[in-house]
Amino acid sequence: MTTASAAQPLQWDYAPAPESAAIGRIKPRYQPYINGHFVDGGGVDDVTINPGTEEALATVSQCDDANVDAAVKAARTGYDKYWSKLSGAERGKYLFRIARAIAERSRELAVVETLDNGKPIKESRDVDVPTAAAHFFYHAGWADKLQHAGLGAHPQPLGVAGQVIPWNFPLLMAAWKIAPALAAGNTVVIKPAETTPLSLLVLAEIFAEADLPPGVVNILTGAGDVGSALVNHPGVDKVAFTGSTNVGKKIQASLAGTGRKLTLELGGKAANIVFDDAPIDQAVEGIVNGIFFNQGHVCCAGSRLLVQESIAEEVLAKLKDRIGTLRLGNPMDKNTDIGAINSAAQLARITALADTGEGEGATRWTSSCAIPDRGFYFPPTIFSNVSQSMRISREEIFGPVLSVLTFRTPDEAIAKANNTPYGLSAGVWTEKGSRILGMAGALKAGVVWANTFNRFDPTAAFGGYKESGFGREGGLSGLAAYLRPELEA
Amino acid sequence: MTTAHVSPALPSHLADARVDEASLKRFLRGLPGVDPVGLEQRSAGLATRSIKKGAKKQAIDLAISMVDLTTLEGADTAGKVRSLAAKARRPDPDNPDTPTVAAVCVYPDMVATAAAELAGTSIGIASVATAFPSGRSSLAIKIADTQLALDSGATEIDMVIDRGAFLSGNVGKVFDEIVAIKGVCGSTRLKVILEIGELGTYDNVRQASWLALLAGGDFIKTSTGKISPAATLPVTQVMLQAVRDWRDQTGEYRAVKPAGGIRTTKDAIKYLVMVNEIAGPEWLDSHLFRFGASSLLNDLLMQRRTQTDGHYSGPNYVTVD
Repeated sequence: MTTASAAQPLQWDYAPAPESAAIGRIKPRYQPYINGHFVDGGGVDDVTINPGTEEALATVSQCDDANVDAAVKAARTGYDKYWSKLSGAERGKYLFRIARAIAERSRELAVVETLDNGKPIKESRDVDVPTAAAHFFYHAGWADKLQHAGLGAHPQPLGVAGQVIPWNFPLLMAAWKIAPALAAGNTVVIKPAETTPLSLLVLAEIFAEADLPPGVVNILTGAGDVGSALVNHPGVDKVAFTGSTNVGKKIQASLAGTGRKLTLELGGKAANIVFDDAPIDQAVEGIVNGIFFNQGHVCCAGSRLLVQESIAEEVLAKLKDRIGTLRLGNPMDKNTDIGAINSAAQLARITALADTGEGEGATRWTSSCAIPDRGFYFPPTIFSNVSQSMRISREEIFGPVLSVLTFRTPDEAIAKANNTPYGLSAGVWTEKGSRILGMAGALKAGVVWANTFNRFDPTAAFGGYKESGFGREGGLSGLAAYLRPELEA
Repeated sequence: MTTAHVSPALPSHLADARVDEASLKRFLRGLPGVDPVGLEQRSAGLATRSIKKGAKKQAIDLAISMVDLTTLEGADTAGKVRSLAAKARRPDPDNPDTPTVAAVCVYPDMVATAAAELAGTSIGIASVATAFPSGRSSLAIKIADTQLALDSGATEIDMVIDRGAFLSGNVGKVFDEIVAIKGVCGSTRLKVILEIGELGTYDNVRQASWLALLAGGDFIKTSTGKISPAATLPVTQVMLQAVRDWRDQTGEYRAVKPAGGIRTTKDAIKYLVMVNEIAGPEWLDSHLFRFGASSLLNDLLMQRRTQTDGHYSGPNYVTVD
């Protein structure tokens, strides 16, 4: 038998492989896109920074109430004059053209997204941009087939859609919202987050190059006040919001009684449930992907690990080993697994919430990975000995922080998983097929992944229960959110 | 089932698995399953790590030192083996700082020739004994085959498992054969070839890996090179997980050898990244990781020259032995 304990391990460091920032072609200044033109907003210019280095990337002209009004009016005119007059097949052509342009400019878009957002280039390159293109391709196919969507013989568009998207997946969220709205025949006014407007403004260039008629898509820049003016504008027929539960509640309150349609995709505190018969090595991968993908800035992140008590120790040990191999650092490096936190404010929120975990008696473990001197970074962190009563197991942290809880029986797992105000997603890890089906039926979550986590596809509807919102995006149900049966007209 | 060669240090749950065939079966079936989608995804992810410049140079030299330079043809002759041995001693005559390979791997009847050529070097002489590649013979013949290789000077034995017995659930037979061959080998290191191309599922690869480790195999090796698919990244990942878990449970370090189909430097580096991140940096050592290959070495040498000379020179600048 070989007991040769290995000698001094070889120190083999991978070579840094940074993507060139020049590919992003970042311009010094960006403007909102209203009625087919890039125009100055009425507000004061703001600076968007690179969270990986804290350096300024570009200034962005900000909108005011008058811009919101102009954009909504442009969308109305665009709807009446052009978009509602086109056949579905013609609308589909525009969407296909946009999808192809996203694919053609994928490298540039990936670099812009990583510079502006802080996410690793391998994620923007391999996930965000291809999935955004896929959403346009998928919905392009629906544009001339709406009568087969199961929503009546001649479903009708709603009119002008006001959309507000968050900073965690700027380009992808824009595609999720714009593609179905246009396919269904609506026009759009959309506002990205103030910290991550750039990729959507590059997408605006693509819209312009695709000769999209004026006013069909309008992009407003600015912070929450601009978003609030947009969703409350009386000229908007449908509001779609992705973001925090608190803001979602305010929007719902302000829209109540107006008759305007609303879909909300809000926070989450997903349970990732690992049974003792799970494929453990892949479950560990899935746990890592569930919470550390995009630095945990994912509303459906698997932030609560529920692991069966009989294998808890083994899973936790393997998880720590695996997290030890995650490479945190320069988001532009192709070897980077975990990039930067999007903003100083978000870093402060994560830090503060994580600190309460220790105060409440949970055991904190943090990866010993090196942290760059500049930029906003938070090392992967696990809390074990967590109980349901602790804040870290109830509140959405939106960062690379995992709470580990244990359970003994499937019923206990279901009870704990559902014991949250949220219900966006969940994961189940087991080799037993019947258990997967049983759990999927019992979990109050919009998406239940089996033996995988954080997988997205334009054909699969995504959305939540309870305080995670209502309405679906993607698939047929996502299309339904932008259409009404002819009889309602 | 024989229970010879039980390591005294083996923890009770592993020692118990060796008591009889029923216990062994129970143990193997109790191993965690392998989810193919997740496994292959992780392999694909690791294959995108960027290895350049200094890291690449280090990786190339490391890979060269891990090569079991192999000739396993019916047409093998003493001349062929002698020139292979010469190549093993001096892989790149123009660049004497090139590391030597780990071992030369030949059929048992060629071991004496290889041993004579490699006398006085630290290069191992590996031999594929046990009715390689099918393994379809009696245990007595497999033992005799192994004995011939050892008597001729082999320093490492590569045995094949009885895949028929494994697939029919007769894991005790497979176990006993490995134990018996290890008994013949004594302190000579034993590589157990699972022939993953015939095992069908990743779950079987995991079970066969543990079976070989429990029976005392020093190495687990993917393939004979005669069956397709031979070594793949996902299969090697499962085997690396097995030796890592074995280390965690016993403190012992066992080795892994992918063989067959690894022809380019790029491929070899993907394996090294996987070794580094799945098993750990301790396995970045020719004692614990090998490549079974014949044509890989020349590509490594050409890439090594490209790194040192700054330009690519082509296949005519490395020897074809």
